[in-house]
Amino acid sequence: MFETGWNILNYLTQGLGTTLSIFLTATAFSFLMAFIAGLSRLSGNILIRGVTAVYVEVFRGTSLIVQLFWLYYAVPMLFNINLGSNWWVGVIAIALNYGAYMSEVVRTSVLSVDKGQTEASIALNLTRYQRMKEVILPQAFRLMLPEFGNYSIQILKGTALVSLIGLTDILYFGDIYRSTNLSEGPLAYLMVLIMYFIIALPLIWLSKKGEKIARRGVAS
Amino acid sequence: MMEPIVQYKNVHKSFGDTHVLKGINLDINPGEKIAIIGPSGSGKTTIIRLLMTLEEPTDGDIYVAGKNLWKIEKNGKKMPANERHLASVRKDIGMVFQHFNLFPHKTILDNCAMPLIKVKKMKKSEAREMSKQMLDRVGLGDKYDAYPSNLSGGQKQRVAMARALVMRPKIMLFDEVTSALDPELVGEVLEVIRDLAENASMAMVLVTHEMDFALEIADRVLFLDEGIIAESGTADEVINKSDNPRLQNFLKRFRA
Repeated sequence: MFETGWNILNYLTQGLGTTLSIFLTATAFSFLMAFIAGLSRLSGNILIRGVTAVYVEVFRGTSLIVQLFWLYYAVPMLFNINLGSNWWVGVIAIALNYGAYMSEVVRTSVLSVDKGQTEASIALNLTRYQRMKEVILPQAFRLMLPEFGNYSIQILKGTALVSLIGLTDILYFGDIYRSTNLSEGPLAYLMVLIMYFIIALPLIWLSKKGEKIARRGVAS
Repeated sequence: MMEPIVQYKNVHKSFGDTHVLKGINLDINPGEKIAIIGPSGSGKTTIIRLLMTLEEPTDGDIYVAGKNLWKIEKNGKKMPANERHLASVRKDIGMVFQHFNLFPHKTILDNCAMPLIKVKKMKKSEAREMSKQMLDRVGLGDKYDAYPSNLSGGQKQRVAMARALVMRPKIMLFDEVTSALDPELVGEVLEVIRDLAENASMAMVLVTHEMDFALEIADRVLFLDEGIIAESGTADEVINKSDNPRLQNFLKRFRA
């Protein structure tokens, strides 16, 4: 039993590369989307605000798996757009979905920096851009860290969906293993869970660390 | 006759239904030290916040060195000022806040040097040198690398003053700068202001509850009451010679 478990784990590592590469790339792009969308929603321009709000609400309000299918099956047919390999489709869907969620973290963190910080930077005659870059964002960023940690764990778990568009990630190899060794199904999925958990461990540790940094705090 | 550096012309300000300032007319001369006193809610702070461009007047005009602060005149028409215009006018104005508003993620030296580098495009070394001199002047020469969270309230406020002063404003605004301090820390902050009042050539406007101090250093005292300047004159004229009953009442409560 123990040996079988070990063998399964070894088998699953074939999917490790795909899971990790999608996770890391999608996380990077989610952060990028989060900042672009989060800051756009604070823009003075009503058009930018409106467009961003539509993006955020649509992607938060519909399920990731349907978005994935849309990008994979529907968009290429309807608009004749080729998004590249299914690896990229997976990355883009996850990044757009979690970017929408995380943009709210960016927006609320920026808003929760003390108003006096903005006033002091106006009094010192910093430009809007300098106020954001030098004063508001460095403080808001600390507030974002714990939530960003949480979302990165969610993104990791979300990557399991890409097995449904034919990517060979950890879950994909788990499925293959089970279908050829039917009696070992429960053990196979247990090993899949353990594998995801092991990857999540450093992320859990990072978000704990982020919480500490956030608590160490900002403006009085 | 000296040209005033700041002129308020019939300035009004409302917040929603609350009419806070009801027609302020005020000239501030270069180098003049003005104290604004009055009951809370009378609009004292709002007067200087309008000048710092933190609030926009509902009506009326404010001129700084002859330039209309909140409006641009284009082809004879008055348009609302844009950010660039505001920046060009407020470079002469500095402000110290009740709650310090230091940047908590920067050392006190960087609190002072960053605006010099970013706004005045000064070289890093030069900005740090100037900042050190200013911090020395307010008595914090041994704290360059400390973070604001490690300072007492009085020290924080002195850093805030150094940060504003090093920008060399022609007008400095003080918004109840001692009200958030423990009583035993008020003295060290007032000491710095007194030094400035005696030695610096810039105009100063103090909104304050430190009545005796205000009267001692101010060239002119304004008594603000229900959104208008009810009394204006030297400390002696306002305190001893005015028979305004609301002013007498206000002073009595203070002395009690």
